[in-house]
Amino acid sequence: MTQKLFGSFSRKRTSFLFGLLVLAFWVACAFVGPFVVPQDPYADDLMNALAPPSAEHWFGTDQIGRDVFSRVIAGARPILSVAPAATFLAALCGTMLGLVTGYAGGWVDTVLSRLVEVILALPLIVVALLVLVALGPSSLNATLVIALVFTPIIARTVRSAVLAECKLDYVPAAQLRDETALHIMFVEILPNVLPPIVVEVTVRLGYAIFTVASLSFLGFGIQPPSPDWGLSIAENYGLIVGGYGWTVGFAALATASLVIGVNLVAEGLQDAAR
Amino acid sequence: MGRKLRMVAVRCALSGLTLLLLSAVVFAAGQVLPGDVGRSILGPLADARAVAALDHQLGADAPPLLMYARWIGHLLQGDMGVSYAYRSPVAPFIVRALGKSSALAAVTLALVVPLSVGAGILAASRRGRWQDRLVNLGGLSLTVVPEFVSGILLILVFGVWLRWLPISANTRPGTGAPEQLRHLILPALPLVLVLFGYIARITRAGMIEALDADYTRTATLKGLRRSQVILRHVLRNALLPTITVIAAQTSYLLGGLVVVETLFRYQGIGSLILTAAHGKDYPMLEAGILTVGAAYILSAILADALVAMLDPR
Repeated sequence: MTQKLFGSFSRKRTSFLFGLLVLAFWVACAFVGPFVVPQDPYADDLMNALAPPSAEHWFGTDQIGRDVFSRVIAGARPILSVAPAATFLAALCGTMLGLVTGYAGGWVDTVLSRLVEVILALPLIVVALLVLVALGPSSLNATLVIALVFTPIIARTVRSAVLAECKLDYVPAAQLRDETALHIMFVEILPNVLPPIVVEVTVRLGYAIFTVASLSFLGFGIQPPSPDWGLSIAENYGLIVGGYGWTVGFAALATASLVIGVNLVAEGLQDAAR
Repeated sequence: MGRKLRMVAVRCALSGLTLLLLSAVVFAAGQVLPGDVGRSILGPLADARAVAALDHQLGADAPPLLMYARWIGHLLQGDMGVSYAYRSPVAPFIVRALGKSSALAAVTLALVVPLSVGAGILAASRRGRWQDRLVNLGGLSLTVVPEFVSGILLILVFGVWLRWLPISANTRPGTGAPEQLRHLILPALPLVLVLFGYIARITRAGMIEALDADYTRTATLKGLRRSQVILRHVLRNALLPTITVIAAQTSYLLGGLVVVETLFRYQGIGSLILTAAHGKDYPMLEAGILTVGAAYILSAILADALVAMLDPR
């Protein structure tokens, strides 16, 4: 399995490593960023509001005088908590659901594919808005909504991989040995369907980051006064016309680099698993 | 042709089912989850009798299933309910917003389809070379950048720094159509970037498959010119999956509208949904979301019909 996942990089290796590097940088920022930034990302300073980039404020200050550089670095943490949490939750539930429906089969199959179709008929952002209006906007609710939507999608991928495995000799062999269904599903089949699950989960992580950022921008994701990038852009983008581009430009670049990094990693894994 | 017609009919029936399920989900989230409607309109301090009276007047004290049946019945007659925020019927708002969003979506598709199909064809004919890598990797990377992020960067570069394009999507009343179009280019570009990668990749894959197929070899061996082979045999087959994927991407397009219309303060269906969401204006929110779902399902049916018509088999 490891051989399959990491063994056969050829031309895509550079882009994969580049993506990994970018991702590692932001993960490091998420862990230690708030402790190493030059200034308090939450401290306002109205006398110094909207100051352009300078030696003191590398990326300038926002409309209430908070240091943009510190906020961009510290802003890796909220998004890299919510998006991976949602993805992990969906991966867990989706894998269980996919294993059971793939192995047990039957009518569950029909229900699952209908469900995915209904979910996919609405843009993710719109589904999330609908639920978040009812539940109230918060990081936790955003996490739950994204996990809820991703679960059947991941389950579908796992299920089709499980169906393919069930045709191989080792599954009937295990059944003949009188192994329990649980043992067959989790000990025999699961390790063999891990590569497509890893790929699917990485791809979903990219979408989760996309969605969390967008929801925060719309006011339904991570809430103030977090230094989250989407939120910072929402708070400051009205100032663009006035020429205060630094209040949003760096957060936008940070978000773009993170999603592209994750995507390059996902693409590299996808190639290797093929 | 009879078989194809039947296929489209089955597809329509299935889509109808999906739409019905969707309406149930929207209704459940919009009317059941939030609880007391009268209370949410009148506020926490209102008299209990006034709340009960308003609930009764709005029909919100009926059992959920009956409420759902009434709601669907009214929807089928074109009655989308009354907005809590504006105290007037929802339907005209939806129609007006749909018109504006259609304009933005049309500009987006008019830009992205030729661009991405062209790039896909280029990548397929330069397979393995740098043009191929550029389209693949560039398209793939742009696809995952949220619209508000690329929107901000595009505004900074083309609107503020180079001053090539107007930043605002809105024009003064009485502005000519060409100028209105020019104002829609910058809002359309973030959506173009998100859709470009998918369409280019599928086009490339379809082209490569068609170029390698037996019928292409036969056509070449028959002595047809290269351009004729490409036009008549390769493109016709290669673009079928492209049509399907464009329809599938409509979902992203519609979701992206919420973000882009907010960023550019454009009064389309997306910003209507967001405003309704912030104001807890459930009738408006439900109608808007159902409209978006219906638009997506309709585009999927249209694409299926188009593919069935063009498919040479």
